[in-house]
Amino acid sequence: MRAQSGISRAHLARMVVIGALASAAGIALGLLINWFPVQASAEAKSIDTLWDVLVIVSVPIFVLVMTIVLYSVWFFRVRPGEELLDGPPIHGNTRLEVVWTAIPAIILVALCSYAYVVLRDIETAKGSAGKEMRVRVVGEQFTWTFYYPNPGGKEIVSNQLYLPVGKGVRFAIQSKDVLHDFWVPAFRQKIDAVPGITTSFRLTPTLQGSFPVVCAELCGLGHAVMRQTAHVVAPAQFDKWLADKKAKAQGGGGAAAGGGATASAPPADGKALFTSVEPKCSSCHTLADAKATATIGPDLGKVLKGKDAKFIQTSITNPSAFVEKGYQDGIMPPNYGQTLQPEEIKGLTDYLVKVATK
Amino acid sequence: MTARLRGPGLTRAGLFTLLGALFAFAIVSAVRAAYGWHVLDAAAVTIVALIAMPLFFLVGLGAFDYWFYWASGRPTRPEDHSSHGAQSWRDYFRVNTDHKVIGIQYVVTSFFFMLVGGLLAMLIRAELAAPGSQFVDANTYNGLFSVHAALMIFLFIIPVFAGLANYVLPLMIGAPDMAFPRLNALSFWMLPLGGLMMTASFLAPGGSFATGWTAYAPLSTDVPIGQMFFTIGVQFAGASSIATALNFLVTIITMRAPGMSFWRMPLLVWANFSTSLLVVIATPFVAASQFFVLLDYALGFNLFVPERGGDVLMYQHVFCFYSHPAVYIMMLPGFGIVSEILSVKSRKPIFGYRMMAFSLLAIVLLGFTVWAHHMFVSGMQSWIRVPMMVTTAIIAVPTGIKIFSWLATLWRGVLHIDTPMLFALGFLTMFVLGGISGVMLAMIPVTIHVSDTYFIVAHIHYVLFGGSVFTIFAGVYYWFPKMTGRMYSETLGRIHFWLTFVGFNLTFAPMHLIGVQGMPRRVADYADQYAGWNLAISIASFGLGLSSLIFLYNIVASWRGGPRAVANPWKALTLEWQVSSPPPIFNFDAVPTVVGGPYEYGVPGAVHGIFGPARPADVPQPAGAQATAGQEPRGDVTEPAP
Repeated sequence: MRAQSGISRAHLARMVVIGALASAAGIALGLLINWFPVQASAEAKSIDTLWDVLVIVSVPIFVLVMTIVLYSVWFFRVRPGEELLDGPPIHGNTRLEVVWTAIPAIILVALCSYAYVVLRDIETAKGSAGKEMRVRVVGEQFTWTFYYPNPGGKEIVSNQLYLPVGKGVRFAIQSKDVLHDFWVPAFRQKIDAVPGITTSFRLTPTLQGSFPVVCAELCGLGHAVMRQTAHVVAPAQFDKWLADKKAKAQGGGGAAAGGGATASAPPADGKALFTSVEPKCSSCHTLADAKATATIGPDLGKVLKGKDAKFIQTSITNPSAFVEKGYQDGIMPPNYGQTLQPEEIKGLTDYLVKVATK
Repeated sequence: MTARLRGPGLTRAGLFTLLGALFAFAIVSAVRAAYGWHVLDAAAVTIVALIAMPLFFLVGLGAFDYWFYWASGRPTRPEDHSSHGAQSWRDYFRVNTDHKVIGIQYVVTSFFFMLVGGLLAMLIRAELAAPGSQFVDANTYNGLFSVHAALMIFLFIIPVFAGLANYVLPLMIGAPDMAFPRLNALSFWMLPLGGLMMTASFLAPGGSFATGWTAYAPLSTDVPIGQMFFTIGVQFAGASSIATALNFLVTIITMRAPGMSFWRMPLLVWANFSTSLLVVIATPFVAASQFFVLLDYALGFNLFVPERGGDVLMYQHVFCFYSHPAVYIMMLPGFGIVSEILSVKSRKPIFGYRMMAFSLLAIVLLGFTVWAHHMFVSGMQSWIRVPMMVTTAIIAVPTGIKIFSWLATLWRGVLHIDTPMLFALGFLTMFVLGGISGVMLAMIPVTIHVSDTYFIVAHIHYVLFGGSVFTIFAGVYYWFPKMTGRMYSETLGRIHFWLTFVGFNLTFAPMHLIGVQGMPRRVADYADQYAGWNLAISIASFGLGLSSLIFLYNIVASWRGGPRAVANPWKALTLEWQVSSPPPIFNFDAVPTVVGGPYEYGVPGAVHGIFGPARPADVPQPAGAQATAGQEPRGDVTEPAP
């Protein structure tokens, strides 16, 4: 056995000091790092605070382990002449073992209690129970569709999520095919869209702006491009948007089914639509004219050669009608007939016809 | 030639595999003809062939020969040891019943698939080096990460631990072999079949399975045929795992040397006892979940079609009831390895031996109560999240006991900091980080935000790479002299450690950040704001990948021409080091008698086992007896408060 332990009380005191300093530095670093995306909901705030608390608790535990390992390596490593020596035969220490069982257990139960409080806090609507706006969110390969209630009429359909700032909203989330996950990182909320059941969560947007809507559950080939935008706007702006949607839906309701030709509004700019946030054809298709290079769907510059307007319009509103060889049916969202306005379909068709005949 | 085709071996196995394919074709065509359907159906033939060909291969290889002889009443020779031991490399390519040969077969096969899986990881990082599409399409990319995870989990981490334990465990408990040597051989040979199947899925029409290693329904029931290569491949890997676990349990319970009470077993034996309990209880659940997918996919059972009474969440519950214990299946054997190494290399008894064993059992028990923490955002009933959060957090307590006990083992030891020790210490520090992010993930509000992001990717790699893989490297270096009779190059080992340690942290630490910032996992394309970090991660990952080549070179070169190893280069007390390196064909020339604990370093004159009958002076002393008897001065072991 070694003659002396190689460590004195002064060393231990220094370990404690160095550990405390390293913990302080680690905590400062952990809090300075800009972990989260922008806070755009009331719920984000309490989740971010929970995170900070977790960082503050975690750093000293890691520092404790690191300090003991590094000190042991430094002070107790084998030195010349000690190759055949053993350490002291210490088999355990009951008091110490009770301490390091009890203290972590207490810390963990405390953290769980705090997390539970935060969970209750973000999942209950304070003061606005029953008065929350409702939005139905439907996922399918590979797009989200948002439905707004329209008392006395058909639900209002949108490919973009619009929300008024400061008003509580409850989402009812559904899926048409496989699992998806409705996630807006800026809101810190997500839940799976599960075929056969309706899932839900609530939140209160607090910041005006546009934030990505992300599908977080692997849903197939187009999973990475299943992205839309959540627009949080002033209440007045939201009401106007909803009223416009309603008016359009009533004005052109039959047109979507009957075909773009009967649309009253002038055709939209097809090339802009092709690469715009919605429908963003360019996230799956290649088209040289629009500088699109994605390869999930067929190269439209090639496969549309010589096709007429009828074929192109049918392919937009009913992608299963004709599936290019080498590509799978069911990848392209089948709902553009509902979510695009007739003049938008007309605009896209006109543009693609122009490209195809070039 | 005919003799080779008639006798067991790879030639006959190849012939039988072809017969298996013909069988699949014939039976599918016959059934379809009988129903009056179009006779040719490539998909159906493929699915049946995926089941039939491996079974025919095993029959051809001779894995069932003895049982067939016995079942048909033909003469068998119970004392026939002709399939035991290895004279040349060829003996590793036949059904071999020697646990030491099987152990090496396991380890080498696992590392082969680690290299394949690692190569896939390199392709993943190359694709992710910049946003947009680099060189693979979305389908191939989804296939890359799916096959990467499936190989690393089912063909590397789980079986490599089974391989190391296969070699070491019978030696450690003083047994001549495993309890069921022929079952042991069969278990091994099912493994490469599963692995080849998963790897070969890239050749399937429509590409490899691309639904993640989780294969969540209903995505997995409505994709090209490549999915079946996973669904069926897992059955073979899983059956292999279950049979081995049963074998370990029976071996540990019934074949311990005289005097080897449970409280004298080395912690590696305890760890594999606990792991085997987990495997026999949990692994049938993953088999079930994949049978659901198979039945739904191949026979149209509609288990996951809500309009037909199916239930999508059911898959996730069954799968996660396996896949959470699976994390401990991939971790507990590593705990055992690290306990051995830290005690030997610190020249001190393991601190709190009994608590170390009890905490393993506590993890086994608690491991079955936490599965739904994988489903906090799945849409299951919301009340169940809270008890799952509490159990998930509480499971950190037994793990914490282990961490603190290892630290106390280091304290005041005489630390020999060589390659196995470096990897053990690397494990100790990195696994703590994985544990900390695990506790963060237990907190439901945090998980709601970070589930399915790169934070999860970072967490699982800190647990499985920083945790499991570091212990695997530690164990391979530690037992390399025993398994091969040669010493590895210490210099290369140290270089390997430092490159791995640095490369690992540079690769996976930034993933915590980009995950919380909002980058989802399992995407080939991502928003431009994550481009900088992803490029840095990709560069670091290539360095990490290259470090494994140093390991490979060290192992191959040392195995061929390293200096001869002595029987006990580490001056360890456990039984495997008391025999020659490599050990004799039946392990012990005389049955050892265990007379003390396995870690009595520093106790003058202490031995763990002796050969020949016990001397009367050897009063049985279980491990840890001294501490409970109060013979050691206390109070001089102090820890700074957290």
